[in-house]
Amino acid sequence: MAPALLWLTALMLVPCGLILALGFFRRGLYGGIEYAFTLENFALIVDPLYAGIFLTSARIAGTATLIAVIVGYAAAYAIAAAPRHRQPTLLFLAVLPFWSNYLIRTYAWIVLLNREGLITQGLRLMGYEGEPPSMLYTEGAVITGLVYNYLPFVVLACYAPLARLNPELAEASRDLGASAFTTFRRVILPMTLPGIAAGAVFVFVLSIGNFITPALLGGGRFQMMGNLIYAQFLTANDWPFGAAISMVLIAIMMGLLTLQAIAAERGAGERREGANG
Amino acid sequence: MPHSLAPLRIAATLAAGLAAAGPAAAELVISNWDGYMAPDAVDAFAAATGEAAEMVVHATNEEIMGKLIASGGQGYDVVFVSSPFAEVLNNLGLLEPVDAAKVPNLANLYPEAAALPHDPGNTFSVPYAWGTTGLCYRSDLVSPEPTSWNDLLHPAEAQVGKVTLLGTDRWLLAAGFLARGYSVNETDQAKLDEVEADLIEAKKTMLAFDDTTFYSKLVSGEATLVHAWDGWCNYGIAENPAIKFVIPSEGSDLWVDTMVVMKASQNKDGAFKFIDYILDAKNHAWAAENILYKVPNRPAMESLSPDMAATYPNMAMAPADLVALEQLRDVGEASRAYAKAVSAIKAAQ
Repeated sequence: MAPALLWLTALMLVPCGLILALGFFRRGLYGGIEYAFTLENFALIVDPLYAGIFLTSARIAGTATLIAVIVGYAAAYAIAAAPRHRQPTLLFLAVLPFWSNYLIRTYAWIVLLNREGLITQGLRLMGYEGEPPSMLYTEGAVITGLVYNYLPFVVLACYAPLARLNPELAEASRDLGASAFTTFRRVILPMTLPGIAAGAVFVFVLSIGNFITPALLGGGRFQMMGNLIYAQFLTANDWPFGAAISMVLIAIMMGLLTLQAIAAERGAGERREGANG
Repeated sequence: MPHSLAPLRIAATLAAGLAAAGPAAAELVISNWDGYMAPDAVDAFAAATGEAAEMVVHATNEEIMGKLIASGGQGYDVVFVSSPFAEVLNNLGLLEPVDAAKVPNLANLYPEAAALPHDPGNTFSVPYAWGTTGLCYRSDLVSPEPTSWNDLLHPAEAQVGKVTLLGTDRWLLAAGFLARGYSVNETDQAKLDEVEADLIEAKKTMLAFDDTTFYSKLVSGEATLVHAWDGWCNYGIAENPAIKFVIPSEGSDLWVDTMVVMKASQNKDGAFKFIDYILDAKNHAWAAENILYKVPNRPAMESLSPDMAATYPNMAMAPADLVALEQLRDVGEASRAYAKAVSAIKAAQ
């Protein structure tokens, strides 16, 4: 217990505490920190500019989460439905992209989507002669990059409860006259909801704080929370404000993770009841 | 100055920067941008002078500023920073005055480089490289050829969606200031607001903000007209001679990257020796030859092959023409307003 506690304190509580404390100080004229207590950094967050950036981030992250959950759940469902001996291979393939660096995976999308990229060249080979479509540096490109990079989290999170699902439950539902859709909606979906929640929270939390994808695939045209924090620490040299935004983001993430933990606990409770009853 | 590297590196240095202060100060510690001087410069200096030296890198001015301000300059001897940041360090009292007697090669500097507005007489900073910002474009794809900042902010129909702007605070705003005929160091909030609105409007006709790969976008044809530092435009010219660089008719900025010695240095004599070593014509010419930046060193520039000026016309720009441009200066408290304006521009949809 002691080493774990030490680990947690040194690597998590102390750094977070430092950032929290930083949020209550003033920025010095030349970017240093003036140790005078202030709440102005937290007050700045409701400034329409920064609140707007927060809403844009939430919208982009939310859209990416929705798409990732639909695609990821379908993929996990297909893997869980495949013959048992093939499942490890399929899962392996789903997480294979994780073995390469996040930046390289993101640059790959630039190679694909840019105006003179592979997609345009492919279209030209097929005889297309008009203006190439604008795909890169759009909100769609940012969402695509986020979905692509975080999809394996959803697949893994949804696969576990789907694979554990007792097939007899679905059979029983069918025997009792439920259609395939009703069986999915009333039996399978509720029992796999904790997996979906876990995957969704992962994607949302990682997306809303992301700064590389909006910078590279959004061409800097989209400011997300991650970019704003990055700018405070590395260009504006306003560490206290950067710290305040970071704390708000951390608070949101903690809230979501707590909700997800509650959902998981409730799901586990239902499964126990199901097993006993 | 034009050294905002890829976000990965910055993320890594952010982590490192937050976690710890500078390196141990056992020997001469020189902090520079990665690849901004000869890879063997520190070793060759050590071999020539017997001074033990270590090279560390910073990705951006802001990163090294954060470290220097947090540590009071402890742990560093010689630091390469852009002139507005050198001004700040000097205002904070962190810099050692330049001891000209210990840097005889200061005589190699052009007279213009010894009379820069931020530090006339090189009292606290020694210029390392200088240049300007302008329009870099594909002369085979852009017609008529661009002559004004407004060609970038309000591109012709054929260029819509094919222009990029620098995303770093000072240069992004400079494009807007210059287009309206304002100073690149403007601090008046009303003018800043005007430029913010102009640049938000310009977003509709541009492809992306790009500080690092704009020249390769030109080479591929993804972009046809980009906002560029002179030296970086040369990287495009090297790959496609149809790429040209022009300083718009409204003028532009003069940026100067400098070398400074920290007051906290434990080996100031060694630090000045290092600066003197860099100012040696042969050593200083390395930067011009290899990174295609102009250096303010007369014998170094005169030693360059004439082919160089033929291939990269902006390398041949006369120092007098360069210093006729308005130098970027520290804008003090206004830097916060700059940062906020840039956030607003980037966030606008």
